[in-house]
Amino acid sequence: MSAPVITRVEDMPAVTSLRRKDLLGIADLAPDEISLVLETAEAMKEIGSRPIKKVPALRGKTVVNLFFEPSTRTRTSFEIAEKRLSADTLNIAIASSSVVKGETLADTALNLEAMQPDMIVLRHSSSGACHLLARICRSAIINAGDGMHEHPTQALLDAFTIRERKQRLAGLKVAIVGDLLHSRVLRSNIHLLTKMGADVWVCGPPTLFPTDITRFGVRATSRVDEAVADADVIMLLRIQLERMEGAFFPSLREYFNVFGMTEARLRLAKPDVIIMHPGPMNRGVEIASEVADGPFSVILDQVANGVAVRMAVLYLLAGGAEHETAA
Amino acid sequence: MPVVMDADRIARTLTRIAHEIVERNKGVDDLALVGVRTRGVHLARRLARTLKEITGDDVPTGALDITLYRDDLMRHAVGPQPLVRRTEIPFSIDDRKILLVDDVLYTGRTTRAALDALIDFGRPRGIQLIVLVDRGHRELPIKADYVGKNLPTAPDQSVQVCLQETDNRDEVVLQQGGAA
Repeated sequence: MSAPVITRVEDMPAVTSLRRKDLLGIADLAPDEISLVLETAEAMKEIGSRPIKKVPALRGKTVVNLFFEPSTRTRTSFEIAEKRLSADTLNIAIASSSVVKGETLADTALNLEAMQPDMIVLRHSSSGACHLLARICRSAIINAGDGMHEHPTQALLDAFTIRERKQRLAGLKVAIVGDLLHSRVLRSNIHLLTKMGADVWVCGPPTLFPTDITRFGVRATSRVDEAVADADVIMLLRIQLERMEGAFFPSLREYFNVFGMTEARLRLAKPDVIIMHPGPMNRGVEIASEVADGPFSVILDQVANGVAVRMAVLYLLAGGAEHETAA
Repeated sequence: MPVVMDADRIARTLTRIAHEIVERNKGVDDLALVGVRTRGVHLARRLARTLKEITGDDVPTGALDITLYRDDLMRHAVGPQPLVRRTEIPFSIDDRKILLVDDVLYTGRTTRAALDALIDFGRPRGIQLIVLVDRGHRELPIKADYVGKNLPTAPDQSVQVCLQETDNRDEVVLQQGGAA
């Protein structure tokens, strides 16, 4: 038995800190900041494989997880990330908060601030809720999903997962298929993937197309075969039944027939395509079960990588921002 | 900028330390090398090659990044965070004798962080410290087991270890002023 040998060559990222106090969205991140988060997440991922999955980096820091919308994956992922960095965590869910008694978001936040947390992780159904908090709070604000606006840590973990499989983002064809209108995951992913040089295609029913989507440098189609042809990555978006007030398509079965990801459609993509989904999945609506559980699926890798990426974001924002002085 | 060790001196020193390791441990059974990033890792790999030449046996070698264990982390309200790099210890450290390798021993704070980090990987039978240069000025009760060169320095001087792998040359330089 020969001894293990380290072969990996280290590339140093161009920057060593995020130039901001908060992580509100991908839209305002520079490509070198995105690379820094992804590089840091690689180091964080190794911690999850140790016998003792904990480092003392955020000892004495308090992080509030303020969730105004139901979430299992994102909230637990943030909580595990915080605990692995030794931060003290506090979870506040809507049902147990004063909001049901009529308190405004700003008042809730200011009351929490008075207890001196260092960071607030916010999930809210209103787009822009994080921006409001970032303006009035001294704590670092991390957006864990705001309305139909952005979900930056999801896009970062998606990018991390793609890079892990493909070793790059630039030049890849990424097809994003599903409910384009209501998806904050889509917006964050479009910003991130176009900044990093990927060739992004979006596909969905015309009734679920945001206006001017091509303004963001993506190609749009309602023909799913065209979107997935020769794709390196297929990312499916959840049909958000809870956000649909009108009739956007005749039935879930019809949606599956026209847009659902089946093994037959998968064959149009590259032979080493990967299938992604931010969860929670509607099996038999946007994705067939055989595809979700099949050999091309990296859906559970995404969940695992979410912890590492959130550890990276928490660590990089915890030290205090290196504010840019130029206006 | 006086050069205190040149390439030949560094090579001879590492060979001497490798022999000391074999003598003190009566061979290389149950030994593993762990280098502290960045230059400690390169020194650890060189020692592994020399130990292989001497004994014919491979000594497992790992890399340790101590950033997340630093005692000055988060102490500055404003400023960039230190870059975190990967720790790679692809073997169990339980019941092994760990040879911890760093380039310069100064305040001892890096070594303290490295010891805490190592203990999170398991329970080694023992840890021995190897440094290329001991420049004095300890702030913690830490002592090296193998020292390449004892170099008396003033606090305002700095010791720069340059290695082929990262700096395209092998030498140790004593600089007046500048960051330590």
